[in-house]
Amino acid sequence: MIRLPALMLGLLAASPTLAQEVTTATLDNGMEVVVIEDHRAPVAVQMVWYKTGSADEPPGVSGVAHFLEHLLFKATDDLESGEFSRVVAENGGTDNAFTSYDYTAYHQRVAADRLELMMTMEADRMNDLRLTEQDIETERQVILEERNQRVDSDPSAIAREQMRAAQFLNHRYGQPVIGWRHEMEQLDLQDVLGTYDLWYSPNNAILVVAGDVEPEAVVALAQKHYGAIPAEPGLPPRERQQEPPQMAARTVHYEDPRVSQPYVARSYIAPARNAGDQKDAAALVYLAEILGGSSFTSVFAEKLTFETPVALFSGAGYDGTALDDGSFSVTVAPRPGVSLEEAEAAMDQALREFLDEGVDPAQLERVRTQLKASEVYALDNVEGLANRYGAGLATGLTVEDIKAWPGILQEVTADDIMAAARDVLDPKSSVTLYMTAPPEPEPVPAAAVAPAEAGTPEIPAEEASQ
Amino acid sequence: MIRVILASALSLWAVAAQAAIDIQQVTSPGGIKAWLVEEHSIPFTSLEIRVRGGANLDRDGKRGSVNLMTALLEEGSGDMDARQFQEAREGLAASFGFDVYDDALAVSATMLTENRDEAVGLLRQALIEPRFDEDAIERVRGQVESIIASNAQDPSTIASNTLMTEAFPGHPYGADLNGTAESVAGLTREDLLQAHRDTLVKGRVYVGAVGDITPEELGTLLDSLLGDLPDDGPALPAEQTMTVRGGTTVVDYPTPQAVAVFGQPGLDRDDPDYFAAYVLNHVLGGGGFESRLMNEVREKRGLTYGIGTSLVDKDYADLWLGSVASSNATIGQAIDLVRQIWADVAQNGVSEQELTAAKTFITGEYPLRFDGNAQIAGILVGMQMIGLPPDYVVNRNSYIEAVTMEDIKRVAGELMDPANLHFVVVGQPEGLEAEAEPAVGTIPAKDAATP
Repeated sequence: MIRLPALMLGLLAASPTLAQEVTTATLDNGMEVVVIEDHRAPVAVQMVWYKTGSADEPPGVSGVAHFLEHLLFKATDDLESGEFSRVVAENGGTDNAFTSYDYTAYHQRVAADRLELMMTMEADRMNDLRLTEQDIETERQVILEERNQRVDSDPSAIAREQMRAAQFLNHRYGQPVIGWRHEMEQLDLQDVLGTYDLWYSPNNAILVVAGDVEPEAVVALAQKHYGAIPAEPGLPPRERQQEPPQMAARTVHYEDPRVSQPYVARSYIAPARNAGDQKDAAALVYLAEILGGSSFTSVFAEKLTFETPVALFSGAGYDGTALDDGSFSVTVAPRPGVSLEEAEAAMDQALREFLDEGVDPAQLERVRTQLKASEVYALDNVEGLANRYGAGLATGLTVEDIKAWPGILQEVTADDIMAAARDVLDPKSSVTLYMTAPPEPEPVPAAAVAPAEAGTPEIPAEEASQ
Repeated sequence: MIRVILASALSLWAVAAQAAIDIQQVTSPGGIKAWLVEEHSIPFTSLEIRVRGGANLDRDGKRGSVNLMTALLEEGSGDMDARQFQEAREGLAASFGFDVYDDALAVSATMLTENRDEAVGLLRQALIEPRFDEDAIERVRGQVESIIASNAQDPSTIASNTLMTEAFPGHPYGADLNGTAESVAGLTREDLLQAHRDTLVKGRVYVGAVGDITPEELGTLLDSLLGDLPDDGPALPAEQTMTVRGGTTVVDYPTPQAVAVFGQPGLDRDDPDYFAAYVLNHVLGGGGFESRLMNEVREKRGLTYGIGTSLVDKDYADLWLGSVASSNATIGQAIDLVRQIWADVAQNGVSEQELTAAKTFITGEYPLRFDGNAQIAGILVGMQMIGLPPDYVVNRNSYIEAVTMEDIKRVAGELMDPANLHFVVVGQPEGLEAEAEPAVGTIPAKDAATP
């Protein structure tokens, strides 16, 4: 439903960047509140972000942050198991949750006049979960099936998991969010409550409300429902084990008979956006776009698809919204008949040439234009804006950093990008992944089936080729 | 460039309506019709265009031609090759999507107000004057072949393709729209020109527009963008009913988790019982965590991460489909549960509480869908394709509210057919044998029509 009050239309059209106002507050117990206004539809999104994720887990219990996320839909002192989602649905809303390395978030999307009900329930499960052994048993099966579905059924997901584990020797970014199967199978109530009691508190949480809401009213409701929960005095600092300097390039070979399209991928350790210091990350956003952001106009497309027919698909990726240093990655899926070694050599050559030639100014301006326009398009997606603030605040940025980010992106220069490229594209801090099917048995040459000459080693053809 | 297309099991139009958006019906000076919602607060416009026909219009022996043609629309047109075209588009910060489904070709465009005319000119060029350069054909053909090979190794795709092949032998629905390695290898530039001529026709175009544009501006845009398309295309396919009945097909595939898809005939969108069936499906398997299937298979027993069902109303067939994934050791148990629940609901219907909860959710959720220019444009074009009037968005929730327990019980009894619910399992399921030879063979549409 869209309402377009005539009066407001004129106002907003004059200044489209005012379409979404962002207001922030902090409750007495330390809970941060962000309100993003979008009055075009009578809808509200509530998100509660906890500043804890899989990278905050203690060793040996990988997957516990995500397991806890599932269990937050079970009973509390006030709600039956499953009642949370049922009430959301009965109010015409939708809800879900997600866990990442650096945060865990719970969200509902409802008619704006149901916001208080959502707050009542979300505040309730921040401290009052009542888990049973039966919950643990059943839901553990669910997360194991989730791992089956997301990872073990997908050779590419297995390969990426191996690659990441090789990239991070010491930091928990190397452990999968879903967890390693053998550790998931052992997760118990104590493990789950350990995480819950330690991290789930208002002074470790961010409330983001977006949509057809008034900031003062949201803050008042937040004070009423979340403000009553005491802060956790023993909240630990988020000090994770850090990576040592990487001294040697690493290579991972993953073979799986289910692979039909082999590819080579490489990841490099790369800085993330940091509070007050987002310039390097902004340059890396451009670098990813310039190297692999377009199947037609990027450096890889030009050099590996159009100039020489090496790649069927290629790409580059970077997500700078992380608490600690993350990774920058490049991928090439070769055409049939091109080996992964050849694909890697061509990719390396393309990178060398790029480091020599520098950024094409016309391409740089196209990327800049698109990033600028994406801010206009972003105004149409209030949930995307909510995610920006939630993820940013949960990874150590301030509201000012998040507001400044689009402007910082616009100021990136070719020199910034090349400096970032020289810094990051260092083979010594890289992991290269080869993903492929096992080699086919080679056809037996006619000579091999001829009776062996005396004195030559006798290896039956079938065994030799398997 | 082609991307992997995930055909959604849920049609865009979904059911119902009660949202108070102001839909204007626009006819261009040249006679092209569109629905418009003006939204001037953000300076851009979303256009959703559908052309009925889609991959159904592949000529005999040319399966995959419409798909390959569609993927090539952004690979060079007019006096621009692929890279020049993309550089021009990037410079305007416009986005164009070209997708093909069984029943329609879809064009999704987003463009800034400040350079809309240039963006429309570029999009027009792609739709009207594609070049189909030989080097582009070969490049995209290679991408499609890679996707076909990957799909052949993906348990979910194997499962749904197997079910559709069993259900619709000889009909386009029974063959993956990507085509086969053989059919794609054989496609020529002439085939692509033919597919373009067959598919992009004015008489089958539907348009939804939302954003910073007036009716007059939209009229001019439509004539400029689509006015030069030919009027009409070749005949569309015949109605078809699923020919497979009951039993289980097992496709042996080494994977730790088996994937099952299941289905039976569905109900036509125009059937008076459609809304009852929609609510029934919601209770059974459409409603996320609250559905019967999710509750029994996941919440109570932990047998899966997800299970769901949906009524799939294609232009020429109606299906009721579902899917579930579970370890090889437990998929048999999950399937038994689905069969039991299917039979139980067919016999007993649903509870008052389930019906009330479903109606509250379905009516409450409807207005929440109208939450962005592209989403609304998609709803507008979907409504037109199934012949709904604009005021459907206002009246839709009353149709849901009108569904009674008696309706549900009657429709469950008439439509749900546990004996004919067919499963395809991909994996190495333990203790699960193919229970029946699927009855493959063409059943004339009317004979097999739903009760």
